[in-house]
Amino acid sequence: MEIKLAVNIGKLKLKNPVMVASGTFGYAEEFKDFMNLKELGAIVTKTITLRPRKGNPGPRTCETPAGMLNSIGLENPGVDRFIKEKLLIIKRTGVPAIVSIASEGDPEEFIVLTRRLDKIKEVSAIELNISCPNIREKSKLISQDAQATYELVRSVRKVTQKTLITKLSPNVTSIVEIAKAAQDAGSDALSLINTLTGMSIDVYAHKPKIASIIAGLSGPAIKPVAVRMVWEVCKQTKLPVIGMGGIMNTEDALEFLIAGASAVSIGTGNFINPKASVEIIAGLKNYMTRNKINDIKEVIGSLKT
Amino acid sequence: MAYQTKAKIIKNSKVGENYFHLIISSGKIASIALPGQFVNIKISERLFPLLRRPLSVHMVKGSAIHFFYEVVGKGTEALSRKIAGEELDLIGPLGNGFTADKKKKAILVAGGMGVAPLTFLAEKLTESKTQKSKIKVSVLIGARTKKQILCENEFKKLGCDVKIATDDGSSGFKGKVTDLLNRLLRTTHYELPAIYACGPKLMLKAVSEISKVNRIPAQLSLEEHMACGIGACLGCVVNTQDGMKRVCKEGPVFEAEEIIWR
Repeated sequence: MEIKLAVNIGKLKLKNPVMVASGTFGYAEEFKDFMNLKELGAIVTKTITLRPRKGNPGPRTCETPAGMLNSIGLENPGVDRFIKEKLLIIKRTGVPAIVSIASEGDPEEFIVLTRRLDKIKEVSAIELNISCPNIREKSKLISQDAQATYELVRSVRKVTQKTLITKLSPNVTSIVEIAKAAQDAGSDALSLINTLTGMSIDVYAHKPKIASIIAGLSGPAIKPVAVRMVWEVCKQTKLPVIGMGGIMNTEDALEFLIAGASAVSIGTGNFINPKASVEIIAGLKNYMTRNKINDIKEVIGSLKT
Repeated sequence: MAYQTKAKIIKNSKVGENYFHLIISSGKIASIALPGQFVNIKISERLFPLLRRPLSVHMVKGSAIHFFYEVVGKGTEALSRKIAGEELDLIGPLGNGFTADKKKKAILVAGGMGVAPLTFLAEKLTESKTQKSKIKVSVLIGARTKKQILCENEFKKLGCDVKIATDDGSSGFKGKVTDLLNRLLRTTHYELPAIYACGPKLMLKAVSEISKVNRIPAQLSLEEHMACGIGACLGCVVNTQDGMKRVCKEGPVFEAEEIIWR
């Protein structure tokens, strides 16, 4: 029996539904010693900004029960150096490159960045990171406001035909409301979830463990929250969803797919097991063979309630 | 090149108050590990501790990799309970280690657990075919008290000249190891010396200053919290003359003059 793993995310066709999440896979070269990059469904880059960005002061990470906090602050070489030095590495793998972008305050930067990337054929899709909790420039994130999300996605949509993915924040009252705003504005797909904001304290020093005090929580600890949000959004919007949040193994990935996600992204899991993503691809095949499922589409959204 | 591999524990024994000597068998990693590099170890299959723990390579003997660690938190505590025969998932060797300059007289400066990677370096520096070509290696070990002086005999066995500094004067020089370094540089004539240091941040900052004032090159092994250990997460960066650099990838060993101290 031939196992079909291919899925579509907007116009983008993936050979399998397993990708790696922005900020957890560098620019792919960091993982070449440990796995065959060619096996991945897609690679989402570390978020790129218009100008090079130094990021936040350290300590930037700390471990928490079944998870970790990070506040990197979008450190990146800027779009020019990214295109010149980093994109080629992903190109050589033949795996679709999804470039994550963000502004450093002015939403106009999203449009400038999209125009730049739109001309590059190696860029398969653009992910709008409107949900990074670790930049100080604004008190409220775009993805915490339905109207702001709508306007941003709408203005970017006007300047590109490439697949547009909007990455949402879980730090909201109703994620469905934001998801619908992105859908109405013409987003092709949604990525959810970004990290949950959290804090951890060194009780001996009476100091926060992360220099920027508040940071983003990721890892298995947030998985139930992520699965719930994916399920809610899949039920109430029509867009394909890329589900992520604490996926460590095949069963975790299956939870998201069954909840309705068309694809999954491995994030923090890459740090603990660099080949988690390729093991999950193999694991999905095994699961399907054992359960006599020949197309992954039969798994997607198969939750019985 | 680095490998991810499962490897058996040969020995994991307590050697002092809170210190452990761990030996793991991995020919793959052992054959290419260099002084100053580290191995990122998955301690348990459970979700806590979740992240790997980076340990610097203490010594390599054949296919055996030696580590020397202090129990400081939940991760190292869990590691200390592992016994011979159990398997650990390793990623290594990682990072850029020391460049052993065999033309120069070496001064190794260790603060506390900073001794861990320096024994391996001392071995590389002292190995030579003839007695004549052997370079002089001085090792300065700093600790709070006599009880916390680590690896003194290991360095002596390698033929190093070992000097001790303790905060309370219970052994050797009374004061900081960097004060001892300053005194040594004032009183001894070193021809073409090179400094190699590992220890707490404040000590490394002081070594950096001494290296600048005396115009002696110094290589420092830095430590920062790491999430991935392979250069992906950008959690462990330091500010350098050449922008932000990753301790796990471009480091952990940096030239002193590169670092911009906060």
